Amino acid sequence: MTAQPLLSVEEVSASYGAVRALDGVSLTVPAKGVCAVLGANGAGKTTLLRTLTGLHPATSGRVLLDGEDITRLPAEKVITRGLAHVPEGGGVIVELTVEENLRLGGLWRSDRRDKSTLNEVLELFPPLAQRRGKSASTLSGGERQMLAIGRALMARPKVLLLDEPSLGLAPLITEQIFTLLRDLRDRTGLTVVLVEQNAAGALAVTDTGFVLNQGRVVAEGPSSDLLSDDRTRHAYLGF
Amino acid sequence: MDHFINLTLNGLASGATYAALALSLVIIYQATRLVNFAQPALALIAVYTAYTVTQLTGSYWIGFAAALTAGLVSGALVERFIVRPIARTSQLNAIIVTLGLLLVIQGLVGVIWGNEQHGFGYAFSYVGRFSPANMFALVSVGAVALLLFALYRFTPLGLRMRAAAFHPEAARLSGVKVGLMLTAGWAIASGIGALAGMLAGPPFISPNVFDVVFVYGITAAVIGGLDNPFGAVLGGMLIGLGMSYVSGYAGPELATLTALAIVVVVLSVRPDGILSRPTARKV
Repeated sequence: MTAQPLLSVEEVSASYGAVRALDGVSLTVPAKGVCAVLGANGAGKTTLLRTLTGLHPATSGRVLLDGEDITRLPAEKVITRGLAHVPEGGGVIVELTVEENLRLGGLWRSDRRDKSTLNEVLELFPPLAQRRGKSASTLSGGERQMLAIGRALMARPKVLLLDEPSLGLAPLITEQIFTLLRDLRDRTGLTVVLVEQNAAGALAVTDTGFVLNQGRVVAEGPSSDLLSDDRTRHAYLGF
Repeated sequence: MDHFINLTLNGLASGATYAALALSLVIIYQATRLVNFAQPALALIAVYTAYTVTQLTGSYWIGFAAALTAGLVSGALVERFIVRPIARTSQLNAIIVTLGLLLVIQGLVGVIWGNEQHGFGYAFSYVGRFSPANMFALVSVGAVALLLFALYRFTPLGLRMRAAAFHPEAARLSGVKVGLMLTAGWAIASGIGALAGMLAGPPFISPNVFDVVFVYGITAAVIGGLDNPFGAVLGGMLIGLGMSYVSGYAGPELATLTALAIVVVVLSVRPDGILSRPTARKV
């Protein structure tokens, strides 16, 4: 099948001053794909996501979303094209209530008065529904991650980028969140890009994987292949 | 007892002015972590604009509207064209620049309108136990505080502004134009500053007319908690009442000392101000 990929990253480079963080990264994600981006600390995973959503400028290369070039769009515009980004740690605004955080995610939409998206998200995350009026600072780590994902879903994105959702969470909670992402894909056709250090967990729930090392893609393929490829695992994934 | 009630009412009225000034500082501080020392200068522009417009049209209220408009516009312009380019490089530089702006604007106002005092009539009488002027100060600041609360709490614009203030990056990822929200915040803050100026300035205005009032305004903001609008109102009222009681019972020469005493006491008990948020943000 050679359908056009939904998200396509072409030779993207980015740097912090003189330090090159991304060095010609190319990857494609098909519609309804769940894809993992793996690598050690400092491999460029977070920079890749930040560059995709316009939080960090690309020095060269292109990012195409559904055929549209979004490389130079500012972050606040990228979301309106259908690319949502849950940053590392979630980026939940603890000074706001749970519901305000969620509403914020869909505020740019012209149909923001429509409550159906909010209700769907609350249904998806029962703990959030129970505390919708409470301050987001009262949530546990796992619940905050749910809130961050929920807020991104409020924008009804085509592609959801997640930066280390498992960070600091108990393994059981991590598994719940991974499973939820898969279910979302199966039910709604959401495309997911999962950046993870927890390679084993991420490869278990994704279709394809990319391994970054020092700003380059050093391995890619179906997740099951990456899992069984001992050399890649030992060299870059550390398990 | 009568004396006490008089002092209370007068204290509340002058406290309202300090509260408005404190609010204008707090709105900007909570969004940008920047104390806008140019705030009295912006109020000065607003009040002198009102003075000129009132003279030309003969109507105090057209002048009043002109003052608020001048406040809104000057705040937006200062944020967009002076503070933002500098704040990108260093926060401290931006604060110093607002200080510089204060001196420059005070000088310019002196050049344009003259350094001597101008009489600027007030729409309300100062006469009486709780004068119409006092009443107007209390009611207008109360209304502004309520409107501000409603804006923040109940409108999409307010939610965007709060998100942009608390977590700019998360706000951007949710589609909020953070720069625009900052400009809006400065505009609103300076509009409120202009109101404070219209309350504090008359009956005589001169380029340094707000120097003392501004000190009390900043004091109110600090004791209330620089990042809490409710704190600004509370702080303003505390300063207003405290100074009114002390000058009434002990003598007006102690009024300034009272403000200092309130600061010392409050900050020794609550170093971040009465209503500041105790939570430290994890980064």
